[in-house]
Amino acid sequence: MSHAAHGDEFNVLKFQYEDMDQQNDSYIVGMWTFLVTEVMFFGMLFLTYSFYRANYQNDWFKAHGELSWQLGGINTANLLFSSFLMATAVRQAQLKNRMGVLMRLGGVLACAFVFLGIKYVEYSEKYAHHLFPGPGFAPEVSHFQGANLDHVQLFFGLYFAMTGLHGVHVLVGILVIGALGMMWFKGKKIVTEDYIPTELVGLYWHFVDIVWIFLYPLFYLMPNPSAGSGGGSH
Amino acid sequence: MSTTVKTEVGGMEHFHTNPELNYLTNGHSIRSWLLTEDHKRIAMLYLMSVTLFFFIGGLAAAGVRYELMSPAGNLMESETYNKLFTAHGTVMVFLFLLVAIPAVLGNFLIPLMIGARDLAFPRLNLLSWYLYMAAGTCIMLAMLAGGADTGWTFYTPYSSMYSNSNVSLTLLGVFLGGFSSITTGMNFVITIHKMRAPGMTWFRLPLFIWGHYATGVIMLLGTPVVAITLLCVIFERTFQLPIYSPELGGDPVLFQHMFWFYSHPAVYIMILPAFGVISEIMTAFSRKRVFGYHMIAFSSLAIAFLGFLVWGHHMFVSSQSMYQAVIFSLLTFLLAVPSAIKVWNWTATMYKGNVVLSSPMIYGIGFQGLFLVGGLTGPFLASAGNDVHLSATYFVVAHFHYVMVGGSIMGFLAGLHYWWPKMTGRLYNESIAKWNGILVFVGFNLTFFPQFIVGWMGMPRRYHYYYFAPEFTPYHILSTMGSSVLGVGFAVPAFYLLHSLFKGEKAGDNPWNAHGLEWATSSPPPTENFRYKVIVSDDVYDYDPVAEHENDMMAAGGKA
Repeated sequence: MSHAAHGDEFNVLKFQYEDMDQQNDSYIVGMWTFLVTEVMFFGMLFLTYSFYRANYQNDWFKAHGELSWQLGGINTANLLFSSFLMATAVRQAQLKNRMGVLMRLGGVLACAFVFLGIKYVEYSEKYAHHLFPGPGFAPEVSHFQGANLDHVQLFFGLYFAMTGLHGVHVLVGILVIGALGMMWFKGKKIVTEDYIPTELVGLYWHFVDIVWIFLYPLFYLMPNPSAGSGGGSH
Repeated sequence: MSTTVKTEVGGMEHFHTNPELNYLTNGHSIRSWLLTEDHKRIAMLYLMSVTLFFFIGGLAAAGVRYELMSPAGNLMESETYNKLFTAHGTVMVFLFLLVAIPAVLGNFLIPLMIGARDLAFPRLNLLSWYLYMAAGTCIMLAMLAGGADTGWTFYTPYSSMYSNSNVSLTLLGVFLGGFSSITTGMNFVITIHKMRAPGMTWFRLPLFIWGHYATGVIMLLGTPVVAITLLCVIFERTFQLPIYSPELGGDPVLFQHMFWFYSHPAVYIMILPAFGVISEIMTAFSRKRVFGYHMIAFSSLAIAFLGFLVWGHHMFVSSQSMYQAVIFSLLTFLLAVPSAIKVWNWTATMYKGNVVLSSPMIYGIGFQGLFLVGGLTGPFLASAGNDVHLSATYFVVAHFHYVMVGGSIMGFLAGLHYWWPKMTGRLYNESIAKWNGILVFVGFNLTFFPQFIVGWMGMPRRYHYYYFAPEFTPYHILSTMGSSVLGVGFAVPAFYLLHSLFKGEKAGDNPWNAHGLEWATSSPPPTENFRYKVIVSDDVYDYDPVAEHENDMMAAGGKA
């Protein structure tokens, strides 16, 4: 039972669809639906974050000083640039410019590896400073200006959970973009005939990007809750 | 009756099917089953695996019931008992109830009912079965390794910090099962949006499709939340990553919020497809158009929507603010409205209908009776003050078994009997099936009605003894006796349905003389579902009782 193909002219049309429009619509709606489930998936962690941060504003502010806003900032710029490259890759796919797509997908992959590299530096630094939660959690007390270290541990628990889950998504993105690039490289009709598969991967990558755009300010750029000016709580 | 236009169509060469073959005979190798992309074969794979897990979950239930025969609890230790009811709950909820109707009947029927060749994403559909089997394997391995003792609700901090049983592996299974559910839900929603045949407008969709559409939406929006919540418990257990840790200032009640944000709507994943099945059966065997089509369709969506706003009623006694409890209580009462709309409309469908008491109808009417009791005991628990008395008693156990077993499993059996001739092309022994439907109904009430009384009297759930209150004994004995009857009632269909596969009469395309696209194709359907292009031009449930009656009179007159 192979459902391979209709005929030459419909090489990329799957058996269950009537025409390319129906297929493409289903793929696009499918991808957006998948992203909705992803929003719910991350949403639970964002809600947990908001709840704990509202409870422990001062302790979390003191904890967040351990994160390097510079490294996080570089990574934010890096991911934003990769999203720009991805958007232009989709444009090149519409223009059926194989080399253009390959160059840009290569750029996106490079950005993704840079992101994970910087993340690796950050994580290993936290490990070295005994900031990973659990039995090994033994932070330098003087760094936290008298913050409740239990709440600091909660902060790092969510930091590793949320950025870790995001990192897994970057890793999956590398695999998917790699596979897409491979198909473009080999000139497979399923990607060259129609830009929709490239668009789908693009949507996923933009989602990964946008999650980080929320994570960066939430973890790296906290305002001082006890400062008088600029949104301090009274 | 049906004015569906049938045009011969070319372009079917890719199926390589001989007109003599149907989906069951199109390929006999194991590979042709395990790597199939055919939604009908995947539904059959699901049917076999779901049945297996149902019997495993049922065995655990039998253990629980036999333990409660005596107040002393002398059959097993409390630890064993804890593991047994956890196994029963986990297997039944995650491997049977959430899966049974959508993945078996929904998978099989959605493309047929809307006139499509398959679901939108057939390979994703196959993946969902493999994820389900992986989930089942994890949960079974965890059971073999000694089992988990947290209850199917996995409340923290017991599950995350104290329990020494196999919680992580069980949770991994539930997590994988969640992804199976998400992929199924995605497939349903997108198929219903994008794959409808020309002329199959939204308000020509059978109510079975509306029920599954609402189910799909819940699967998409709810399941990811519980998946990540349970993943966090796994991380907390294995990497000491604090998420809910109370000793660090985390909030274990947050887990309950997240868990019930999914697990309450999950009840509607179990019951909405059953509503869909019952709507089909009521109209087919009353020989008239369903009463209040639009209201039934919209009430499914209303249930899906409201279902997300009532999770707090599981937490009336867990440190929730009393103002919150008032709001959750009110919203829960509201939910009774769309459920009641459905039951009224089915009753009105039967009213002055030409009711045929076939076996699916017997199960369907049984469903209505049981769901009514389950539904009407809901408001007892929805009123926050009353719930303080009833929380975690056998009253709750009886209530949700009336909805989940009485509703979901009766609905599943009704649907299985209704579409069995379509799925297999064979008729089963109708009179045994009818008597068995009555047996299940009686056995069910005998099992669970005494639990309402004993729960009201104060029997707490999850206790393996009750020597402090020997007056509960008669109710428990009644309940255990009932469960034996119920066990027989669930086992018998396995025999007569299997028997029908080999010895059953050929069913013909439309044995019930029902209306709907699935009855317009052959039984069992060919791999491509329809051998012609489907264009729909008639209304849904276009039954014409007057014409049918006249035909019957003419036929009778002709013979005389």
